[in-house]
Amino acid sequence: MMLDQIASRPGDLDESESGLSRRTFLQSGAAAGGGLLLSLSLPFATGDAEAAEGFAPDAFIRIGSDGQIVLTMPYVEMGQGTYTSIPMLIAEELEVDLTQVRLEHAPPNEKLYGNPLLGGIQATGNSNAVRAAWQPLRQAGATARTMLVAAAAKRWNVDPASCRAQSGEVLHPPTGRSAKYGDLAADAARMTVPKNVALKRPEDFKLIGTPAKRLDVSGKVNGTAVYGIDVRPPGVKIATLAQSPVFGGRVKNLDDAAAKAVKGVRQIVRLDDAVAVVADHMGAAKKGLAALAIEWDNGPHAKLDTLAIAAELEKATLNPGAVAQTIGDTDKAMASAVTKVEATYQVPFLAHATMEPMNCTVHVRKDSCEIWVGSQAMAWVQAAAAKTAGLPLDKVTVHNHLIGGGFGRRLEADGVTRAVQIAKHVDGPVKVVWTREEDIQHDMYRPYWLDRLSAGLDAKGMPVAWNNRFAGSSVLARWAPPFFNNGLDPDTTEAAIDLVYALPNMHVEYVRVEPPGIPTAFWRSVGPSHNVFVTESFMDELAAAAKQDPVAYRLALLDKSPRAKAVLALAAKKAGWGQPLPERIGRGVSLQFVFATYMAQVAEVEVAKDGAVRVRRVVCAVDCGTVVNPDTVRAQIQSAVMFGITAALYGKITLKDGRVEQTNFDSYQILRMNEAPAVDVHIVQSSEPPGGMGEAGTSAIVPAVTNAIFAATGKRLRQLPVDTAALKQPV
Amino acid sequence: MATTIKLNGVDRTVDVDSDTPLLWVLRDVLGMTGTKFGCGMALCGACTVHVDGVATRSCITPIDGIGTSEITTIEAIGATAAGAKIQKAWLDQEVVQCGYCQSGQIMSASALLASNPHPTDSNIDDAMSGNICRCGTYVRIREAIKQAAQSSGKGG
Repeated sequence: MMLDQIASRPGDLDESESGLSRRTFLQSGAAAGGGLLLSLSLPFATGDAEAAEGFAPDAFIRIGSDGQIVLTMPYVEMGQGTYTSIPMLIAEELEVDLTQVRLEHAPPNEKLYGNPLLGGIQATGNSNAVRAAWQPLRQAGATARTMLVAAAAKRWNVDPASCRAQSGEVLHPPTGRSAKYGDLAADAARMTVPKNVALKRPEDFKLIGTPAKRLDVSGKVNGTAVYGIDVRPPGVKIATLAQSPVFGGRVKNLDDAAAKAVKGVRQIVRLDDAVAVVADHMGAAKKGLAALAIEWDNGPHAKLDTLAIAAELEKATLNPGAVAQTIGDTDKAMASAVTKVEATYQVPFLAHATMEPMNCTVHVRKDSCEIWVGSQAMAWVQAAAAKTAGLPLDKVTVHNHLIGGGFGRRLEADGVTRAVQIAKHVDGPVKVVWTREEDIQHDMYRPYWLDRLSAGLDAKGMPVAWNNRFAGSSVLARWAPPFFNNGLDPDTTEAAIDLVYALPNMHVEYVRVEPPGIPTAFWRSVGPSHNVFVTESFMDELAAAAKQDPVAYRLALLDKSPRAKAVLALAAKKAGWGQPLPERIGRGVSLQFVFATYMAQVAEVEVAKDGAVRVRRVVCAVDCGTVVNPDTVRAQIQSAVMFGITAALYGKITLKDGRVEQTNFDSYQILRMNEAPAVDVHIVQSSEPPGGMGEAGTSAIVPAVTNAIFAATGKRLRQLPVDTAALKQPV
Repeated sequence: MATTIKLNGVDRTVDVDSDTPLLWVLRDVLGMTGTKFGCGMALCGACTVHVDGVATRSCITPIDGIGTSEITTIEAIGATAAGAKIQKAWLDQEVVQCGYCQSGQIMSASALLASNPHPTDSNIDDAMSGNICRCGTYVRIREAIKQAAQSSGKGG
């Protein structure tokens, strides 16, 4: 969904089933040290990548004479399992065991590693790594296998058709001969690259669709895995910082005498809008930071307040916005409606709160700059560093590392810019580590959105008109301006338009309103994190107004969407929908089609007499097309559900007097073990192309929880997070 | 001030202020980065180590309060019986996602298992609720602890 639509616009990218394969091409050559180097170029970022780059690949397979297969990974691992699922695609066609594949991080190079489903930006996000790699990486594997077989056949002077590949070897069954890939790699590199190699039929898959063990985990259970925050270049100093507590404020006065006296503190760096303490270790840096006396000039946003921002958004929805989708004539349909339903919804700013706080290590030299960081957007890291250091792009080296949680936060390079600003004043490498308080108070936030909806129902209670006008920030307008056109972008509106339901008359408008001073950013499940809550809550309201069962009501609107209907029916069945529950326990349902994946969830929620909410159980049915690694699908849904429950129950960033009020995990709560429900995942078998899995579970769980609260208490919650005070049982 | 601590069975001497939290001594002074920084206020458990076998938040443990106690970190937990079982169960159950919090999770879980070879769900909640996982791997953490407990055998 989302950005793929843009990537496949006419004149932008030739489209095939995958959106990629027609312009995917392969080249071969000798690898350094002998062996086969198979380059796979995906020329989407620029039209002339083929001519300009020749051998430089997007993702490439390297088969060494030792048989080692190396894959350069353009996508980053942040827990979503991409370091396992992407190699599975190659290994499947190449006929090697997954354990034979070794991975390397791709260096920053947008021309080569740009993501086709993100318009050529080199980034990992939008749940699309498998979707983007699905066709080309299998093709790369199949092509390499064909060349290895051809090399063996030539050596043995036999028909290639009489040979087959298996577990990293080419076999010739009639004569019992065999040769390992490593032995054949140099010969294979001299073979002509075949065109139109046939891919395996799904029924022949050996790896795809089987639960593969993750390849990135052994170092993560014994402390040896290296995240960005763990790098230690020789002589590195540790810095921590205080940024202006009010967005847009500046340092007015600084007394750093006491900080300088702290043992281990080496240097104080004063910037326009921040102060950093550079020390031998973080303990000294934090102690030094606490000893600083900083007077701030708060600037123009000193009175910024969340309530005022919400009021602005509410006002904005009174005026027309950009039309995101119109079907039929809602005015006319509304006039004839028997019942009318109106509601206003709002969702708060949210922080990402990745477990690894923001950090970046930088060594600025006279004519170069070296960066160590875990990032979802490598090329942007390089660009931000180059700009801040005043160096050409090719003088900036970036080392990417494992990511201790991304969720969209590490699609931004603000932390890199800040670290380079500091490093320019430091002799030698410096690791800039944000405290948790800085991390939460200087995040770039999931936007606040406010939605005004109305619907008309016919005599049978079915919707004949659906209006939705919503206001808030467009992240994409800042992050990738070309995607913002005619007042709209495909992320902000995803799941507000193109609903799975057959609605005869529908009208959706978006009003872009940027909150003054507050940076907004992508956050796990992005646009749908907001839109699915709103649309699925409102659909529940319509069912209630029609006095119908929420599942039956939805099913009646899904005749033209069989995959959606199937997941809804499956989730309801597995959850025991309709079976009686004790008092103040309810089931809530949600249904969505986002990131090219169909998903339905049923949450079973208990509301205590004091209003406390506990999610007891979650049942999820998913149709994400062809499943590459079913265990990853389950893991991502379990994960995304917890992330969404955190948002539903606790997530809220508020501002008062220009300052973020939340500081650490006491005031910005995260779901914990004792609150975590069981999550049952049911996967629908499908041979459709893969859909995204990293984020869908987050958007789906939120309305499932609030709809369950309605079922348990009769209270309809139209604002997040859940207000437990409103749920107290009347005495 | 020079302070000597017993770390993974070896005496290590460091010269830092006496109130320096153990976390920074481990990570920045001794270069043992397996123990993670998450919050600095004992709210998330990412920095969990064992002090005489007890799960302890190193981010609020000053270096001068350790005395002769023995410190064990994630780098050495595999050498203990409970730690090895927990690590194996973590891999078998595919617990890990981003993995950043998992050092702390494993340290809390192995302390639990060492002191209580057959923990109930309620014991697991009590021992593990101080450790936040933003990837939400709780379902699998619970299963992994149960697997490790099974492999502890009857009577533990």
